Amino acid sequence: MSTKPAPGFDRGSTPALSFLFAGFGGQGILFAGKIVAYAGLLEDRELSWLPSYGPEMRGGTASCSVTLADTPIGSPLVTEPDSLIAMNRPSLEKFEATVKPGGRLFYDSSLIDIAPTRTDIATYAVPATGLATEQDLKGLANVIMLGKLWHETRFCAADTLDAALEKAIPPRKAQLLEPNKRALALGKGL
Amino acid sequence: MTETLRRPEKVLMKGNEALAEAALRAGCRCFFGYPITPQTEVAAYMAKRMPKVGGVYLQAESEIAAINMIYGASAAGARVLTSSSSPGISLKSEGISYLAGADLPAVIINVQRGGPGLGGIQPSQADYWQATRAMGHGDFQVIVFAPSTVQEMCDLVRDAFEVSDKYRVPTMILADGLLGQMMEPIVLPEALDEDDLPEKPWALTGTGGVRAPHVANSLCLVAEDLERINRARFARYEDIKRDEARAEQYRCDDAELVVVAFGACARVVKSAVDAAREAGIAAGLLRPVTLWPWPGAAIEGLLDGGGVVRRFLTVEMSMGQMVDDVRLTVNGRLPVDFFGRSGGIVPTPAEVLEQIEELAVTGGDAA
Repeated sequence: MSTKPAPGFDRGSTPALSFLFAGFGGQGILFAGKIVAYAGLLEDRELSWLPSYGPEMRGGTASCSVTLADTPIGSPLVTEPDSLIAMNRPSLEKFEATVKPGGRLFYDSSLIDIAPTRTDIATYAVPATGLATEQDLKGLANVIMLGKLWHETRFCAADTLDAALEKAIPPRKAQLLEPNKRALALGKGL
Repeated sequence: MTETLRRPEKVLMKGNEALAEAALRAGCRCFFGYPITPQTEVAAYMAKRMPKVGGVYLQAESEIAAINMIYGASAAGARVLTSSSSPGISLKSEGISYLAGADLPAVIINVQRGGPGLGGIQPSQADYWQATRAMGHGDFQVIVFAPSTVQEMCDLVRDAFEVSDKYRVPTMILADGLLGQMMEPIVLPEALDEDDLPEKPWALTGTGGVRAPHVANSLCLVAEDLERINRARFARYEDIKRDEARAEQYRCDDAELVVVAFGACARVVKSAVDAAREAGIAAGLLRPVTLWPWPGAAIEGLLDGGGVVRRFLTVEMSMGQMVDDVRLTVNGRLPVDFFGRSGGIVPTPAEVLEQIEELAVTGGDAA
């Protein structure tokens, strides 16, 4: 039905993939986007990563547009995402309508007490924040969500994802690598 | 030989960081600035890196102080950089006029935000008129580069230092918040050695008690002298106009509708042009890479080259400023329409496509 790439798809014919990560400041929205961006870098693809930096950020919400493609990217602003990752209710309410028909919506069902209404997209209720708390991975709901996103979209090769995570964590924060890896594995298994 | 076979390593950088790193690699060892969103990463990057390469990073007490420090360091022969965003650039404009008057090179970065006044902090292109028409008082121009990708944020900084030194003209990188904040993979250029930098025999390096002092000055009270100096400067501007104007054409060869856009806005237009082509509309993009000198010859080429262009559309993140230059060049020969978003809004490819489709429908009558 949808034209989404299946696992094991041929990289040469991959269409551009666009992601919109959205949530509260402090949920690691930009960081989750950065891992996708590094995955694109490691696979030598065209990519763009654009954070919100405006008044909405100062008001506590953050979003991040990421595009992966094999041809130069025009607008880096993702206005019709293939995948929306909504980490709080305002983000779900604001961006659900923008998801491309046939696209995907991932939302943190621990924090969002409403359900999406679209029927022309695939929706994934991921209790990421609850799982993070349970598994002693506080603050890593974003990475759990990213694992689930990868599991469903395979936006890069499996080993690329691991390498991207390592690249996104600066050396001075190396102690965070292990819990991040656990969170990623947890999300991939959902 | 193996050098050419080796794949250059790409790094992921924000546009603002790329500007700063490119300046360091171009031999810039003096940065004077003052923080303002959305360009602060330029200064932050310089604060971190400049001391490690033996240069001077200084956060001045104001934009006006910073631009006058630029004046001093440039007069001493250094490659100097300052950066700011729209309101801060206005504050620097007096100093930029003085740099121009004293024939001093410098690179000035403007990561534009919405205005006028303090305005907002979202991406804008509303300083086009300021950059190309009135970067300060008096008879002068600055060379203006308009990057459209993070790679160009890097590459054009090197070019800006080169032409600034070559012509002794202050040079501006006119970017915007979107380009400053976004990350893309880029290939960084090799760093220049001190030996690679151009000689500056005019610089104020101390007479050593031997030669006559050099003077960096914009004050000239004798009208005849000032006119002579200005005429000499404008003769250099003719060289700049002849040799330095640059534009990129995208799908223009058989385009009936040519969209003119620069900077971040041109990226949006590129997406819209591709979508228009898919819908069977012969659209193209003409992207000025230099805003001054204005690449009017590229438009002339489309008009005179037996092209099939029937009308132009200018798209800007402003109320319509560059469209003046497009109209001056086209000079009534074809219709020139305008579409813009202001205040910090980046147009979407969909709304630009809508404009293209509308004009494609009505285009037949107008020309």
